[in-house]
Amino acid sequence: MSALPILESIDLVKNFGALSVTDKVSLSVFFGELHALIGPNGAGKSTLINLITGELEVNSGSIYFEQKLINSFSVASRSRLGISRAYQVPQLFPSMTVADHLIMAEIAASGSGFKMWAKRANLNNLGHVQQNILDQVGLIHMASKPTALLAHGQKRQLELAICLASGAKLLILDEPLAGLGPAESAQMIKLLHSLKCSYGILLVEHDMEAVFSLADRISVLVNGSIIATGSPELIKSDPIVKSAYLGDELESH
Amino acid sequence: MMLHNIMNSAANKSNRLTIAFGIIFILAILIPLLDQVYYTKLVSRILVFAIAAVSLDLIVGFVGRVSLGHAAFFGIGVYSAGVSAHFGVTQIWVVIPTAILVSAVIGCFIGSISLRTSGLYFIFITLAFSQMIFFIAQGLRMFGGDDGFTLPAATKWIDGFDLSQPKILAYTMIVILVFIVYIAHRLMNSNFGLIILASRDNSRKVNSMGLRPYPYQLTLFTISASMCALGGVGFANLNEYVSPASISWIQSGEFLFMVILGSAGTLLGPILGAAAFVCLEQIFSAWTEYWMFYLGIILILRVLFLKTGLLGLFQNRGSH
Amino acid sequence: MDITIGLFIEQIFNGLQLGMILFLMAVGVTLTFGVMNLINLAHGSMLMVGAFLIAFTTSQIKSFGLAIFLAMILVFLLSWVIEKVLVKQLYQKSHLDQVLASFGLSIVFNDAVIMIWGKDPLFINLPTWLEGPVQITADFSYPLYRLVITAVAIAAGIVLWFLLTKTRLGMQIRAGAEKREMIGALGVNINFLFTSVFAMSALLAALAGIMLGPMLSVQTGMGDPLLILSLAVVVIGGIGSLKGALYAALLVGLVDTLGRMLWPNMLGPLVGNIISNAAIYILMALVIAIRPTGLLGRKMG
Repeated sequence: MSALPILESIDLVKNFGALSVTDKVSLSVFFGELHALIGPNGAGKSTLINLITGELEVNSGSIYFEQKLINSFSVASRSRLGISRAYQVPQLFPSMTVADHLIMAEIAASGSGFKMWAKRANLNNLGHVQQNILDQVGLIHMASKPTALLAHGQKRQLELAICLASGAKLLILDEPLAGLGPAESAQMIKLLHSLKCSYGILLVEHDMEAVFSLADRISVLVNGSIIATGSPELIKSDPIVKSAYLGDELESH
Repeated sequence: MMLHNIMNSAANKSNRLTIAFGIIFILAILIPLLDQVYYTKLVSRILVFAIAAVSLDLIVGFVGRVSLGHAAFFGIGVYSAGVSAHFGVTQIWVVIPTAILVSAVIGCFIGSISLRTSGLYFIFITLAFSQMIFFIAQGLRMFGGDDGFTLPAATKWIDGFDLSQPKILAYTMIVILVFIVYIAHRLMNSNFGLIILASRDNSRKVNSMGLRPYPYQLTLFTISASMCALGGVGFANLNEYVSPASISWIQSGEFLFMVILGSAGTLLGPILGAAAFVCLEQIFSAWTEYWMFYLGIILILRVLFLKTGLLGLFQNRGSH
Repeated sequence: MDITIGLFIEQIFNGLQLGMILFLMAVGVTLTFGVMNLINLAHGSMLMVGAFLIAFTTSQIKSFGLAIFLAMILVFLLSWVIEKVLVKQLYQKSHLDQVLASFGLSIVFNDAVIMIWGKDPLFINLPTWLEGPVQITADFSYPLYRLVITAVAIAAGIVLWFLLTKTRLGMQIRAGAEKREMIGALGVNINFLFTSVFAMSALLAALAGIMLGPMLSVQTGMGDPLLILSLAVVVIGGIGSLKGALYAALLVGLVDTLGRMLWPNMLGPLVGNIISNAAIYILMALVIAIRPTGLLGRKMG
């Protein structure tokens, strides 16, 4: 892991009216690291993600990507810098096929959107990179299918595949395991393990077993503030964390 | 099984579409050869409206917004032909680029503002802009104001071959229609087209993937405006008249009607819709002077009962 | 054209009067959109129908007042039927479908009035007690009828205000107009609410038509320019806001009327006339571009 973080947020604040939803949050992610963000529902995890990706504007605080201040960057610009997000509810294109989604990702990544005359890539001449990614997530056999035919788990896989096809450096994954059965979960966890060396990953998850197995560091978000950051062992044994969040959850594991 | 139905219906729809277009194309070529002025002009009327409807479909079906102001661009084409002729310019090699250029500039301006809105506001703002253009045309006293003026001279290819001759007009319009359908087809099958479709489906995701839909939509809007203007040039020559009526919101509504009648988002569908519209127009007006009444009823029925346009009529078996 | 004080004052009166008429139209638009999420391009047809019906009833009945009453009843019945048969199906449909269906309805009405009453414009004779000028000051007089119209529109506004603030139905309508999601929670009879709102908006438009009838020539399509102007009013005032509709209507009425007097003076006849006609739409486009929620409207979902 390099010395400087790929993503760093310093004292981020977001208020909705009188309510402080994000309360001086400082967080960093290194390339090659998987940093998990956990916390009870309503803690402000989604808001924090939206602040990082740019869908929400911060009230105060700074966000740095590769040491560049990105507060004023739009969602699209941040994505072009190398931030890629997998939404909690997969955001797909209903009228397009699975392959089209990756072709779209490639067009976005290569900036070739204004090619208006040449026929675009399709299923039959899908690039190697895209084919490999579909293989990686286990969707290669569904490449020609329209999104309407995908099962929930497969939509998740596609959502992740789009991130992988975008040439990103930082992945922000919002509950990629939610709603997956045991077999699919195991598959996804295996995949996430394999991604660690190629990306910096910010993972929001509720599945504690997966979190403890995958994470290099864990941050615990409660009521808009980070109450603890550290290695999984540290977090597991932290009394504050136990009482605020983990408590019984840990006992049952 | 569901997969089978969906794949079938998509292929079926596309096939039926191509067949329908093929039939219309052949008829459009053959009918003028019969040397019946009425029918040849009817073909031209269908083609002129088809050009406008296809251009509107790019916005309604592909960008996914309802423009109630496309008559403005149609009218720019009409006035391009008329005003040029007024100043003695009738060569088609000049009139057409003029229409394209003026409508592109105005279309780009209107689009740059309108595309910042969506839904209802997009409907309202495109309506507002076309009203402004309507009033500008109406205010041009030297060009007949509200009454308009007779086209001084037909747009011509070369001396002796001009658009006042029904056959020449019809074949010119066929060429233009095929031209714009081809361009639209290539656009929609390129990288650019995928971005347009993706933006229609989920613009939030497009942004999250690193692209802003706006520049692409604006480009397409400008192209759509220019295409619509070409229809206007044909219209001016067909009626041998130039008037603000071609810019009214009623005209914009009729274009929308044609797009929906034929199925939005299919490029060839609106051609079918334009043909159906003109045929209904002719049938009803031959039968009664209150043809708008019956056309209106058809439109209401279409909205209430038919899900997917005329092509839906020919679909059966489970798919919808 | 010389602009005298007298002319100026007369145009202000005219502007306020136009504003009140636009207000009657705009209320209907903003309520149907606010409560039912319905865009209705046949709203202008209601104005036209009102005008034709008053022409009809005054030709059949001696008493002007009774004629008005009868015309309103007929409009009420007509709007009831339209809502039950057609409009009801549109609530769940897309805006495009609503635009097309209501557009279709408006061209049906435009021809229907020709089918019934012929192509020639109709003229309505005012009873003598409504004719003639009123002397406001020594050198300024204003047509009595125009004053009456303004007064009636203001009265209608007051009745509306009373209805909306003091009755249960009214409060449901206001709640629904501002926050449509609340309607379900209010435990309201939705069908009755929607039909009432539609009928009310039709009545207001018809009232505008009834009052304008004697002033304009009653002919097909007469309501359409006012429909589009009322769309501009609603956009400027903010969709869903009744106060916005009032302020914007008065603003538009004044700007339009005074503009027609001033622009040609300032910019010459050609440009001046064009700007006179286009001014409100320019304002509408500016509002949408800069402040889409209008003066007082709520954010659009």
